[in-house]
Amino acid sequence: MRSVSVVGIGQLPVEKASNLSLRQLGGEAVRRAMEDAGVDRVDALFASNMLADEIQGQKHIAALIAEEANLFGVEALQARAAMAGGAAAIRVAFLSVASGEADLAIAVGVEKMSEGVATPALSKALDAAREVPDGATMISKNAELKRMYLDRYNVPEDGLVNFPVVAHDHARSNPFALYKKAISPGEVQSSRVVHAPLRLFECSPICDGAAAVVLAPSEQARAYNPNPVQILASSVVTDRFCIDDREDPLQLEAAHHSSYDAYRKANINREDIHLFEVHDAFSIMACLQLEAAGFAEPGQGWLLAVEDEIRLQGQIPITTMGGLKARGHPIGATGLYQVCEIVLQLTGRAGENQVRNAEIGMMQSVGGAATTVLTHIFGV
Amino acid sequence: MEITSHWRIKKQRYSLVGEECPHCSAKIFPPRDICPECGDEAKDHYQFSGRGEVYSYTTLYNAPAGYEEQAPYTVAMVQLEEGPLVTAQLTDIDVKEPEVGMPVEMVTRKLGSEGDRGILIYGYKFRPVLETA
Repeated sequence: MRSVSVVGIGQLPVEKASNLSLRQLGGEAVRRAMEDAGVDRVDALFASNMLADEIQGQKHIAALIAEEANLFGVEALQARAAMAGGAAAIRVAFLSVASGEADLAIAVGVEKMSEGVATPALSKALDAAREVPDGATMISKNAELKRMYLDRYNVPEDGLVNFPVVAHDHARSNPFALYKKAISPGEVQSSRVVHAPLRLFECSPICDGAAAVVLAPSEQARAYNPNPVQILASSVVTDRFCIDDREDPLQLEAAHHSSYDAYRKANINREDIHLFEVHDAFSIMACLQLEAAGFAEPGQGWLLAVEDEIRLQGQIPITTMGGLKARGHPIGATGLYQVCEIVLQLTGRAGENQVRNAEIGMMQSVGGAATTVLTHIFGV
Repeated sequence: MEITSHWRIKKQRYSLVGEECPHCSAKIFPPRDICPECGDEAKDHYQFSGRGEVYSYTTLYNAPAGYEEQAPYTVAMVQLEEGPLVTAQLTDIDVKEPEVGMPVEMVTRKLGSEGDRGILIYGYKFRPVLETA
């Protein structure tokens, strides 16, 4: 297997409702990433999208985007892993280049949630025969996890409040973020209860977006970009499908094993990681990921947020450009935004949000109720 | 789901019938014919008692499509006394606020319908254990 690097990134601003169509969003992200890499052709395109077949009535996304980007004749396939599809597309593109099958591959993610109702479509990542008939949704499962967490570890009701507060602070100077404004702990705690005890400002927003990255063999990377970022590890692990069937629902086994598999593949220790783009679709998920990845003991993840250790100068900066909460969570595109942000951090282009001396960054994407977890580690 | 899918799982949905592993005695719900503990074949029917306690729960104020008329409603993870966790709605909780650890028992209730002319879907819900006089 060859070493693989990111040689181009392309992001569109996340918006509540984009004027562009699904097809245009995807095509534009591809064009931006290819322009950044200085290429007008790739061998393969791997696309991620979760909801277009539900919301737009559109399947066969990869070929659609390839055509829109004028990439006639290329290999184009879709990668899916529920809400972690963006990272799945990155992984498939990575494997394609690493294997030698492609010399240039693009991973692109696109989602346009503004044209329909997302919650029932998102709930299809749960077990349709077991959880959904009882009225459960992806949001209600996260609410149950939060209740369990507060109850078991005696965490105060506002214990997780700093996760969205920090995410919003970090989004302020990110030109691609949906919410470029700060929120206070009081605003989070007085926001509407969605599903008790989960409040609105702990949930990532419904939005539109698209992002893409171009991958090339590391040994050729500088021919495309003077500052390539190497993919040090790519890992995917699955857990028991339903939370109900796990020995301890608060231990995210897939996140744990995927993290440690990635540390091993990258030949690094957890302490070597300078920033961690978590999948903070809900605050509780960010908290449980910090614990699963070894940054905190079980029941202690919330303290990292309370003690400001998740900010840019903290022990483990997370959501450095706003995260899912404030940059936005256009589902199928989210993993691609995470890579673009890590690339900006590791190449010193993160502006006001720059993590000092950042050389190794990790991202994690979660599909379903922490059922499928992908971890990628990048380095310069 | 199609009518055939509902028919296929009616024993588990109406009366909480699962399986017991003949090899390691694990109690399995919902049934899957393979023991999740030891990996061997497990097809022996097992009637769960229907008693358990609330493991976690949440109340939904914005219900998904098909559940609007029930909103707000409370969904819980219930730990059955035989071990497995099941996702189910809590019912009859207007007199008693749910809490983690609250003893509950299974009852059969209407879960919803698939449109005005669709089939009615019945299944288990759980209610607080009634105090005996």
